[in-house]
Amino acid sequence: MRPFAYERATDVRSAVAACAAGTADGAGAVYLGGGTNLVDLMRLGVVSPGVLVDVTRLPFDGIEETAGGGLLIGAGVRNSDLAAHPLVRRRYPMLAQAVVAGASGQIRNMATVGGNLLQRTRCSYFQDVSKPCNKRVPGSGCPARRGDHRNLAVIGQSEACVATHPSDMAVPLAALGAVVHIEGPGGPRQVPMPGFHRLPGDAPERDTVLEPGDLVTAVEVPPLPFAARSRYRKVRDRVSFAFAVVSVAAALDLEDGMVRDCRIALGGVAHIPWRADRAESALRGSPATEAAFAQAAAEELAMATPLPHNAFKVPLARNVVVRTLLDLVEAP
Amino acid sequence: MNGEGNSGPVFADPITADILLSVNGDERPITVDTRETLLDTLREHLDLIGAKKGCDHGQCGACTVLVDGRRVKSCLTLTVTVDDREITTVEGLAADGALHPMQAAFVERDAFQCGYCTPGQLCSAVAMVREVADGWPSAVTADVSGPAVLDDDEIRERMSGNLCRCGAYVNIVAAIKQVGS
Ligand SMILES: Cc1cc2nc3c(=O)[nH]c(=O)nc-3n(C[C@H](O)[C@H](O)[C@H](O)COP(=O)(O)OP(=O)(O)OC[C@H]3O[C@@H](n4cnc5c(N)ncnc54)[C@H](O)[C@@H]3O)c2cc1C
Ligand code: SF4
Ligand code: FES
Ligand code: FES
Repeated sequence: MRPFAYERATDVRSAVAACAAGTADGAGAVYLGGGTNLVDLMRLGVVSPGVLVDVTRLPFDGIEETAGGGLLIGAGVRNSDLAAHPLVRRRYPMLAQAVVAGASGQIRNMATVGGNLLQRTRCSYFQDVSKPCNKRVPGSGCPARRGDHRNLAVIGQSEACVATHPSDMAVPLAALGAVVHIEGPGGPRQVPMPGFHRLPGDAPERDTVLEPGDLVTAVEVPPLPFAARSRYRKVRDRVSFAFAVVSVAAALDLEDGMVRDCRIALGGVAHIPWRADRAESALRGSPATEAAFAQAAAEELAMATPLPHNAFKVPLARNVVVRTLLDLVEAP
Repeated sequence: MNGEGNSGPVFADPITADILLSVNGDERPITVDTRETLLDTLREHLDLIGAKKGCDHGQCGACTVLVDGRRVKSCLTLTVTVDDREITTVEGLAADGALHPMQAAFVERDAFQCGYCTPGQLCSAVAMVREVADGWPSAVTADVSGPAVLDDDEIRERMSGNLCRCGAYVNIVAAIKQVGS
């Protein structure tokens, strides 16, 4: 591992300034959250920053209610505290469920909300510096397309990269249209999800719309009363402590057996947490029946372009969408 | 500069920090390389070899210790980041020569074979029981906004970050249940 300087930021402005300064020899500075992804990638040689700016002591580690009944979640909030928060559990159960479906108790105690959003793909070639990978070394090629891609993307991938975004937490956040608050060298700005993460296109090295030196300070979850009836369902290769093969976050607003409104997002299928817009619009105003759910899921997944070894994800995603929606209809 | 003919990578000099590390109630002044993990500091510099290195990637839990009472993976924790925290390792669980109730339960229930994963299991279990008492939900909690209970399924799920190659899981669950209920 390359030696690095360690700086502990105590306010947002000095954190951004420290990150912008980098090192004299040009090795970049990066923010350090819980380190559960970054330290691992540094040890693997995937990233080699010259400076770590520790942002875990910044005063953005709280969860506040917003005026309209939403929540402003500080980027430094630990994943465990997010999932344990009474208002998160009551207003957005799918968010609490997604967080506790990820990683392990120890990792959730370390991991921050900001770091979770910005964790890198688990594509095995990305993590192996002896292999080419367009995301790690732009232009070097993508061995996954012909190699191991069983757990990679089926929607929205590009010739350059077929990786998936691994976060569970980001899936309900995309369904909720959460807004990412950013402080950068050029000042503050806000980016709604989905739209914070990028499809790979011909620049897979960029996972998100963040520019170098941008600091995520908070994630704002808008009010959505019907999200009290929401659920996260994750399919994985073993029953616990594994990344998603496919996952679904869904919320349903029902009236007299009809879907008045709904929110649906998919994990494990794309380079971004995938908001199922087509399925949502197909469902609004339709009966809350298995047939309608299957039809809506099929409309969303019609745009899938799976690879030879991950075509199973398409019917799997469809079935998980249907099952999750039925669970919500049957919920007390 | 590298010697002639040596084409290996050129590394800059290590960057170190002088910190005070509070472990099991003792404050120890040490100089650490910023790259050093808490696991390596404990084992290589402080002679606390209870925490074990299984995978060094956050996957096995053998390195679990408590930081300010919360269980974490010391293999992914940089030592420089915890100089203002209180660290507890398995060596710090027993008080006044008496085993911690969780340690006693592991002995009584035969909750290990080779013992390699045990320090991590113990630290993890001690903190996990507290998480349940604090009402934290888990992935198998049916109603995340309701109370948390400590049944077998909950224990298995909440301990899934600690692997045991000997497969002592059945007795580990029994030991934790005995302490937690
Ligand atoms: C064994 C293992 C299993 C896992 N299983 C799962 C799983 O099942 N589901 C899942 O969702 N995740 C899983 N994870 C991933 C885990 O959730 C992430 O590693 C974690 O959320 C990252 O958060 P962090 O605070 O530790 O980030 P760090 O590792 O500190 O940082 C990650 C990235 O974010 C950047 N960053 C951090 N904070 C900020 C900020 N405020 N602003 C801008 N940039 C920032 C860093 O520079 C870095 O690039 C697993 C991890 C491990 C090790
Ligand atoms: S899928 Fe993306 S991350 Fe994986 S090897 Fe190809 S370019 Fe790299
Ligand atoms: S050594 Fe830390 S989790 Fe395996
Ligand atoms: S007792 Fe041997 S690894 Fe758990």
